[in-house]
Amino acid sequence: MAALTNMTESTSALSEKKKYKVIAENITASYDEVVAVKNVTIKFKDKAVTALIGPSGCGKTTLLRCLNRMHELTKNATVTGRVLLDGEDLYSNAQDPIIHRRKIGMVFQKPNPFPTMSIYDNVAAGLKLNGLRDKAVIDEIVRGCLQMVYLWDEVKNDLKKPGMSLSGGQQQRLCIARALAIQPEVLLMDEPASSLDPIATQKIEEMINELKKEYTIIIVTHNMQQAMRVSDYTGFMYLGDLIEFGETRQIFENPRNELTAKYVQGQFG
Amino acid sequence: MITTEQRAEFRKRFRYNVNQRLITDKIVKIIVFACVIVAIIPLGSILFEVFKNGSAALSIEFLTQIPGAIGTGEGGIGPAIQGTLLIIGMSSLIGVPIGVLSGIFLSEFGDNRFGKTIRFFNDVMAEFPSIVIGIFAFLLIVLVLGNFSIWAGTFALSIIMLPIIARTTEESLKLVPITYREAGFALGIKRWAVITRIIISSAKSGMITGIMLAVARIGGETAPLIMTILGSSQFFAGFNGPMDALPLRIWRLSLLPYESAQAQGWGAALVLILIVLSINVGVRFLFLRNRGKASFWHPRREQKWQR
Repeated sequence: MAALTNMTESTSALSEKKKYKVIAENITASYDEVVAVKNVTIKFKDKAVTALIGPSGCGKTTLLRCLNRMHELTKNATVTGRVLLDGEDLYSNAQDPIIHRRKIGMVFQKPNPFPTMSIYDNVAAGLKLNGLRDKAVIDEIVRGCLQMVYLWDEVKNDLKKPGMSLSGGQQQRLCIARALAIQPEVLLMDEPASSLDPIATQKIEEMINELKKEYTIIIVTHNMQQAMRVSDYTGFMYLGDLIEFGETRQIFENPRNELTAKYVQGQFG
Repeated sequence: MITTEQRAEFRKRFRYNVNQRLITDKIVKIIVFACVIVAIIPLGSILFEVFKNGSAALSIEFLTQIPGAIGTGEGGIGPAIQGTLLIIGMSSLIGVPIGVLSGIFLSEFGDNRFGKTIRFFNDVMAEFPSIVIGIFAFLLIVLVLGNFSIWAGTFALSIIMLPIIARTTEESLKLVPITYREAGFALGIKRWAVITRIIISSAKSGMITGIMLAVARIGGETAPLIMTILGSSQFFAGFNGPMDALPLRIWRLSLLPYESAQAQGWGAALVLILIVLSINVGVRFLFLRNRGKASFWHPRREQKWQR
């Protein structure tokens, strides 16, 4: 951990420009008796993309789910540690997770638009169900979010159609628009492109590049090329530990840890 | 390790008995089809009998008048229709909200010892003979208030509805994939709003089926009504008095030795079936239209991830 701190401090030029948005401290998370994340401390920069990579079962998704307190919704799941969003502890008792989840959007591995809602209502769901009534504002946000995910032109005449009628890639972009609609500051993405074809994946990656100007994005991915293409920082996890964390270029071109080197070279995983 | 010879053997087994499989497939299809036919025959013949024997009795007079003198074949079943509608309505007013809320509780908050206990008693209650519930209502309400009453009938029938609705609601809600709940929570939507606005709307179809099953069940209940609303040949005269209902009227008419009374009994049976059917279709139309893919008329389409 000391090496990690030194490393991140050495890039002080960057850190001056971009503050840390999310800081996870000593996160340990488990399901039943299985410890999925072991005492991980990691800091995420504002307006940057951070990728979490690692082999299956290494705890990257669990770590991601700890960041918006989704992990604890799973039965028999426990978390210890702190997650600071702009310095505020998400896990302190005074904080209602609902308020935080409105600041932290999440996109899931499989597209999961609400099945009974139209395209429009899917995007508007987070606004309407959180109490926004002003139709003009909702209209504007829905349009804006669908434009941000490059879906507007494809669906602008079909907003009343069910969200489920879209293709897989479109559904996933719809889900991203839905997450963006509540105007979060952080966007968590759990392998958002893993069920998509290369063209849809490319669209999502282009979108991430665009979104990072405004958001702090944390993306879990199995796909190392994807991590290289979209991320500024990368964390490599293995068996619940954060093995190495640094700028993406450094992780892929000049990894300090032997395990990281083996993984990014494709020797295991 | 599997040897090359073994693998060849497996391939033979897995690939070259296609004919046998096709035959098995055909046989199973035939058996399933035959079972459906066997199940439909009694249903179809009941409906056929009822329509055949009952339609002759139908007339405006039959539907609106009080019963005439016994054996004359005059008068109608007006009070029985009124009573059945009234008692189904009142029981539903009590049974549906409590049942649905219990179902929501069991599905969303019932994953603990308390929930398990409730679920157990709920299941036991669903299997109670309805006459026992009738006797219970008789002891608790009829004897205490001193007369047969609509209140007592409503009490008994809503108790019969409750466990059916609670159980079907729970099962329908549990079928909604966790991913929709997570998507809702991730948007910072409050738990209650996630349940009522997202989960329930996905489970609506199943929940309404459960409610309709319960309505059909109480619509046809006779035994508990004998113990509670007793039956009457007059129109509604207050909640504290006895009342007629279609099952009671059918039962009474069918016991009479006169052909004209039995014809009226068939007519009343037809009316009961039509009432239950129209409530069913009407409710589905009201609540499930415009849903596109999850209604009685348009079964849910296959989810497609990839086009």
